[in-house]
Amino acid sequence: MGTFSPGFHGRARGLADKLPPGQYPTESFPVLSAGPTPRVPTETWTFTVTTENGDSRGWTWDEMMALPQEDTVHDIHCVTRWSKFDTPWRGVPVDAFLEDVETAADYAVAVSHGGYTTNLPLEDLLDGKAWVVHTYDGFPLSPEHGGPARLLVPHLYFWKSAKWVRELRLTLEDEPGFWESVGYHNYGDPWREQRTWDD
Amino acid sequence: MAADWRRAHLVERLPQTATARSLAFTVPGWPGHLAGQHVDVRLTGDDGYQAARSYSLAAPAEGERIELGVQAVADGEVSPYLADGLPVGADVEVRGPLGFWFVWRPEQTGPVLLVGGGSGVVPLTAMIRAHREAKSPSDFQLVYSVRTPEDFWYGDLLSEGADHLDVDVLYTRRAAPGSSRAPGRISADDLRGHVSRLAGAGTVFVCGPTAFVEAVSDHLVDLGRDSGSIRTERFG
Repeated sequence: MGTFSPGFHGRARGLADKLPPGQYPTESFPVLSAGPTPRVPTETWTFTVTTENGDSRGWTWDEMMALPQEDTVHDIHCVTRWSKFDTPWRGVPVDAFLEDVETAADYAVAVSHGGYTTNLPLEDLLDGKAWVVHTYDGFPLSPEHGGPARLLVPHLYFWKSAKWVRELRLTLEDEPGFWESVGYHNYGDPWREQRTWDD
Repeated sequence: MAADWRRAHLVERLPQTATARSLAFTVPGWPGHLAGQHVDVRLTGDDGYQAARSYSLAAPAEGERIELGVQAVADGEVSPYLADGLPVGADVEVRGPLGFWFVWRPEQTGPVLLVGGGSGVVPLTAMIRAHREAKSPSDFQLVYSVRTPEDFWYGDLLSEGADHLDVDVLYTRRAAPGSSRAPGRISADDLRGHVSRLAGAGTVFVCGPTAFVEAVSDHLVDLGRDSGSIRTERFG
């Protein structure tokens, strides 16, 4: 040791079991987006699941809010290296939207207002691992954080938790999304530090 | 297996403001980068503890030499050390370049509007330098929002009248002497003329604190810019 950054001490020790490699803890809630924040009124909001055959099923805001809701608390990890512990969300498990959907797809593309996309294996959205959330810490999710509703997939880097989500498109082949096409890792497991194409 | 960290040797530190510094490193094996990209910087304590943060590249690469802009954040774990603690001649590690979205490439010939708030001017400065080095014919405008004249980064570079670069400085707290605009936050009116000069095919790059980027991109959409032509990078 001592060959790099002489005199640096740092401070985030003791979080080894909660903090994935290369991350630092933050109390704030940083915002990262590739473009302007889209304006999405709940009056016209819809969420659609489209299968590989083109069959689709949609929910209005009121229909989504009428589904069984869950409160769920998670640590979230951004590829820009911040992690935030114990973030409280409320929303609908993705399982609820896929319950009656017939599909042979192994993958999904989350599509957002504003054109953002991100791809995931379908199994990473199922069995209580992902939600469509509309409430953060007791308040309606603000637009810059993805409101009125975003995807929440807390076990992957947070760019997979698409803001302003409007569609889940189920696919037979894996289709890289926005960041996945410009250098970021296709899967994005923070515990394996899958940040970029080189990882 | 994580991608390689490279040894980076601090060769020069220049003050930009009272709390901001530009740091030049030599990085053996540096592969080059695009204007607008960033790197991760990793520090290691004597006991092996490591901390990493992202910093924007402030200039095109000169061989193995790269330049970063660092704003010391009060109570920060990494930035105060980089700004004032790391001795010239000492090493850190860097990984990158990172990010292929918030970039300007010299082969892009369309007009460009850069809108920077505070330290958000750093990646825009890299674009301005790349534009000048390439002698690009593309029309460049910079709108730069800072609190006071003392908060101005890259004064020599951004004040001078370069070909194909118009600089419009907006002060939010205290304006420079002789300034005709009263200090205040950036408004749609501040951007209107710049937006109308930018042809439909142009690109806007917006970088700064979150509230600044949110306000500017809302103004741009209100002024009729297509969302798809606006690229943003937010700090915090």
